[in-house]
Order: sequence, then structure tokens, then C-alpha cells
Amino acid sequence: MAQHLLLGDEALAQGAIDAGLSGCYAYPGTPSTEIMEYFQGSADASERGIHRQWSSNEKVAMEEALGMSYAGKRAMVCMKHVGLNVAADGFVNAAITGTNGGLIVTVADDPSMHSSQNEQDSRFYAQFAMIPCLEPSSQQEAYDMAGYAFALSEQQQLPIMMRLCTRLSHSRADVRTAASKSEQNGLRPPDAATRRFVLLPAIAKRNYDALCAKQDTLVASSEASPFNRYEDGADKSVGIIVCGIAYNYLQEAFGGKCPHPVLKLSQYPLPKKQLAQLMASCQSVMVLEDGMPFVEQMLRGPLGNDRILGRLSGELPRTGELNPRLVAKAFQLELPAVPALSPLVKIRPPRLCDGCPHINTYEALGEALKDFADAKVFGDIGCYTLGALPPYNAISSCVDMGASITMAKGAADAGVYPAIAIIGDSTFTHSGMTGLLDAVWENSPITVMILDNGTTGMTGGQDSMGTGRMAEICAGIGVSRDHIREFVPLPKNHAVNVQIIREEAAYRGLSVIIARRECVQTLRKKKR
Amino acid sequence: MKHDIVLAGVGGQGILTIAAIIGEAAVRQGLHVKQSEVHGMAQRGGAVLAHLRLSSEPIHSDLIAAGGADVVLAVEPMEALRQAESLSPRGVILANARPVRNIGDYPELDDILAALRAFPLNVVIDAEQMAQDAGNARAMNMVMLGAVSPFLEFPDDLLATTISDTFARKGPEVIAVNLKAFAAGREAGLAVKR
Ligand SMILES: Cc1ncc(C[n+]2csc(CCOP(=O)(O)OP(=O)(O)O)c2C)c(N)n1
Ligand code: SF4
Repeated sequence: MAQHLLLGDEALAQGAIDAGLSGCYAYPGTPSTEIMEYFQGSADASERGIHRQWSSNEKVAMEEALGMSYAGKRAMVCMKHVGLNVAADGFVNAAITGTNGGLIVTVADDPSMHSSQNEQDSRFYAQFAMIPCLEPSSQQEAYDMAGYAFALSEQQQLPIMMRLCTRLSHSRADVRTAASKSEQNGLRPPDAATRRFVLLPAIAKRNYDALCAKQDTLVASSEASPFNRYEDGADKSVGIIVCGIAYNYLQEAFGGKCPHPVLKLSQYPLPKKQLAQLMASCQSVMVLEDGMPFVEQMLRGPLGNDRILGRLSGELPRTGELNPRLVAKAFQLELPAVPALSPLVKIRPPRLCDGCPHINTYEALGEALKDFADAKVFGDIGCYTLGALPPYNAISSCVDMGASITMAKGAADAGVYPAIAIIGDSTFTHSGMTGLLDAVWENSPITVMILDNGTTGMTGGQDSMGTGRMAEICAGIGVSRDHIREFVPLPKNHAVNVQIIREEAAYRGLSVIIARRECVQTLRKKKR
Repeated sequence: MKHDIVLAGVGGQGILTIAAIIGEAAVRQGLHVKQSEVHGMAQRGGAVLAHLRLSSEPIHSDLIAAGGADVVLAVEPMEALRQAESLSPRGVILANARPVRNIGDYPELDDILAALRAFPLNVVIDAEQMAQDAGNARAMNMVMLGAVSPFLEFPDDLLATTISDTFARKGPEVIAVNLKAFAAGREAGLAVKR
């Protein structure tokens, strides 16, 4: 056994390597990015020939992982919570086909929205797809759960969701790793007679019935899970259900000596037996869970239930991540006084790096659009979203990856002119290309600005599949070569760049402007 | 033994280097470690923080409860003040006095420094100048690490050895500058600890 200081993300990755993983597929997204980065940097993974390349988006990654599982090998797909919206079609239907080699779907939620546009809770998706969900409470559990999840997946022939949260993903702790590693599975696709991967209605119905019939077994598995634990306590005025890392906050608040009965929950569906025991023996039940009130709402039911305490009853805030202080407060424990924030402290929002190419693009855009009072600029997700803040105040929307082009098109359909879309290279190949195809079909009067900085900047500089090939891709999709323009966003090119934007904004048809200069952060990394 | 340390700064200043060295030293001591970091959005020049917990006993929470930190260590003065709510009444606050003025309404520096010096236990130093004197302004982090070292119960040479190992790949000159910066910071910390 060896000790390592690992992030939750890294512990899970090492656990998967040690458990015989054959391939990981992922699209970057905070806080899940470090899982793939760990595989890419790992000598173990390299030695064992584990597939570890980024995918173009989460749906693609999900299906690639399912393909590896089909072939009989152990696979993992990783994404941030909103990535699962993109991957949802493949995800939900992978539960209907079932798996062959073990398949872990790792989804990292971001309660408090540190780097995200919402606080959605992936446990709802696991419940929706009717598959088991594991939620580690510590880095060690993240490590240990990888092998357990693969075994469970192969036993139940279902994908297993691994739900992480920012605080576990991005926190390091000492992790004990196993002395020996499991062999990878050999190539063994299902035999031709099993048609379960062919979701024609007749087969899908049979599969779905089988999935429904499995649910009792999944509850039994949760009841027997080494990661779910009933810890009795003398003070039964309140019992506590703690999900995932909330367990640590509870222990911290009570100094490791919680007087109440506790159900530590790290595997779903809910373990009926332990839950019934807690409900029967305690007057009320407090639910501590990071993310949305998933368990709490189930226990409350639609009519409410005064016995169930938590985010919905007001003991805890409805939104935002938990912490030891909030948990202590919910139990009215004594707390040290906390001084008020000094009025001297000002908000310090993130900003574009000095020398960032996006700065020059926004400066040119701002000047060009002075001639177009009615212009609307539809933004997208990436470093360039920071163009929404002063001094640029340059974009009027940022919704989800790819929505710049499609919203600009919809707005143009409604009569907005000029409608400009701003999208990064990675976001364009993630979800922008399909929308552009619609705009080509109708020759929509929009101008799409692709900011090609050669990388996925926002998430720390991962390779992006289409970098440097933006013009070819757009031409291939059908954008007229005459209206595919390129410029280098540098101060010395300012006047030329302004002119290019002006011309294309004035053109009443589809145009694409590619602003191409490398991210200064990746450039710096390469030079090191 | 238990140390709960809140590290603060501005994205890009490299507070994780400090955390990594202390964490590594703690592991070498056989201590339990939990270190919660900020990755992502805020790293683009925003306010960043990390929680570092070291203990001879197993550690429960990855986060330090507000009002519970033994140390607030900041590489930027306004960020030190932002994290002051974490500090326990008996704790020490350490700050680099050099501001990062990347916002329009940055307050009067003197007011911030005065507020920091009003804490019963404080070390407020121009770590950047001290690092420059040691040979490279970029060793500012090592000055701050030196300043906090007297407040951590580590054997005398442990942090210095860990620094040497951390920078081993960069050659003896880099190591020497970083150790010199560390020593200068340590003097400043000792002056307050005594
Ligand atoms: C569905 C989804 N997946 C992943 C993310 C995380 N994410 C935010 S921006 C971004 C990519 C940014 O890259 P790019 O478009 O090239 O712009 P840059 O940041 O380089 O300017 C990613 C992966 C997300 N917000 N949504
Ligand atoms: S990381 Fe790169 S793309 Fe993002 S703001 Fe910095 S220079 Fe610009």
C-alpha cells in the first residue's frame, strides 16, 4: 500500500486505473477536468495503454465510452454537471441497452456555481435513468469506489453514475492505494444473438421491462453497500441523513461525536431498510446534502412533512454548498463569532489575462458596432464570456455551449439586425457547427465570430479538436468562401480588424470571421 | 498537533505552490492532510483561496469553518482582509503588503495595511521587495512561506528540504534564491512569534 496526496478527481482516476480501466472519454469542464488530466499525465495509464484523449463534447464522449463497454472493456466518461445535459440522450438510453464491460459515468456537480451557470444535481439524472449512483464522501472512497463501481456495473449490466462535487473534486487528501492492479478485460463483444444494443421498439420494451424489474435488486445492493452505513446514536430527537461529503461537515460540527443516529448515504437508490429504521426510531430527520434537496424532497412528499428538516424547511439555506458552519448552525451548536467583512474589501471578479487575444477582438468589435446602433451580440461559454463585464460590456447573452450561433439565428429570424455570435474554437466544435449548418441552409443574416485561441482556455488549456481548421470546417459546412474572413487580434491590426467586422456586419447574409491568435497562457506553458 | 490554514491571493499569484510545499512537508511528517483548492473561473485574475488542514488526527471536513483558522496567509493585502472572517481570535494573519490593483475601485492601500496591523497577531511585509533582494521577485511565495514557518510545528529543516526538492529540476541557482527568500521571510515571522 502506498500513500499519495490526491485530489478527489485524481483519486477516482487512480482507482479506475488500478481497477482495470481500458479507456476514459471526457470533455473538459470544471470541476471534472483533472480526471482526464491525471490519466494523461499518469505513467501507469501510459504503460497500460489506456485510451485518454479528449472528446469533442460530452455526448460524443458518452457514446465512445459505451462503445468500449460494448466491446467488453471497462470504460469511464467524465463531465461537469451541465455536460450531462448534452450527453443525456446517450446516457438515458445506455441504461436501456445496458452495458457489457463496466461503465462509470462520472459527473461533477458544482453547488454554489463556482464556475457554472446552474446548480443542477446529477442524482436526479441517475434516478431518471433508473441506474445506481455512487457519491463518495472522501478522496479515499472515490479511490475505493472505482473498482466497486466497475464490478457493480458488470454484475447489473448497467452504467453506474459517480457523482462528485466541487469540494471533493478539488480537495486533496492522503489516499492509500492498492498494492496490486487488476488486469484489463479482454475483447469480448456481446454475441450476435443478444440484440439488446439495438433499441428498436420491440427490443427496447423488453429491455425497459428488465430495467424496471432490476430496481429491487438495486435497492438491495444499496442496503448491502459498504459505503452506506447506519451509525446509531443515543439522542433520537433527530436522526440525520448525510449524503456524500456532507458526512465530513457533520463530523466536523460535532467533533467526531455526533449524538444522533446517522445514515451515511453514498449509494443510491435509497437503502430502504436503513431508511425505515431511521424514520421509525427518530422524531424528526434532518437531511444534509450538497446540491438540490433531492433526498429531502422525496421524504417530504408533495404535501410536505414537518418531521423532515433541511433546505426546504429552512434549517439550511435552499441554495449553495454546505460547510461545517452551516451544519453546526442547523443543530444550534455554539459557534465562534465571525467578524463582519471589512468595508475596505471590494469585489474582485475574474478578468481576461493581460495580452489575451480576446481583448483585441472585443476592442475591434466595440468600435465596429458603433455604426450599428441596433446590433445585438450573442455570447457563448469560455474566457470570452468575460467580455460581458466592464470595460467591454460587449455581449447580451450567455446561456449554454453553442447558444450564441443558434440564438443569433433565431433573433435574426425575428428581425434583429445585425445579429452577431461570439464563440470560442472549442465551443464551436462542441456545439456550434450544427447551428451553423442551419444558418447556411437559410443564408441567415448573422455574423459568427469564432475566437480561435488554439485551446480550451477557460478550463486550463486542453487541446481542442478543430483548432487551426476553423475556415476549412466552415467552408465544409457550406459558408461562402467570400464571407469567411480571418484576422489576427493584435493592437497593430486594430483598424483592419474593425473594417472587416464592419463589412461583414453590413452584409445581409451569413458570414464568419475567425479571430486567430494563441492564448497567452498556453503559449507560456509551451515555452516552459 | 493541528494547523488550519487559509491561503488567499489573486488568480495567477500561485498560492497553490505554497500549499503544495506545506502539504508535502506534512505528508513527510506522517500527518493527515486535506487541502481544498480553487480551480476554474476565479483563476482568471479573481480572488482565490485554498484551505489547508494538517493534523496528527484524521481530518473530517475539507473546509475550515469560519472563525476556526489558525493562520490566514495571503499574498495580497486586500485578499488577506477578505479572508479575515476565517481567522480564529487567537490566530495569526500574514500578508504580503504589495497590492494587485486589477480593479477600478481598489481602496487606499494605507487603510488596508492599517486594518491588517490592527490584528493582535500579524505579519505584514513587502514580500516582493524581500524576494527581489534575495535575487528574484518571483520568489515572493517563498518569503511568505518563510514568514509562516515559525507558526507551524515542523522540525527546523523540513520546509527548507522540501523547497529544495520541489525546485530540484530547476537547478541549484533557483534553489538558492528560493531558500534565501524563505530565510528572509522566516526572520520576519520570528520577529512576531517571539
Ligand atoms: C456543456 C458544457 N461543457 C463544458 C463546460 C465547461 N467549459 C466552459 S467554457 C469551455 C470551453 C471554452 O473553450 P473555448 O470555446 O475555446 O474558449 P476559450 O475559453 O478558449 O476562450 C468549457 C469546456 C460548460 N460550461 N458546459
Ligand atoms: S486563459 Fe487564455 S483565453 Fe483565457 S483569458 Fe487568459 S489568455 Fe485569454
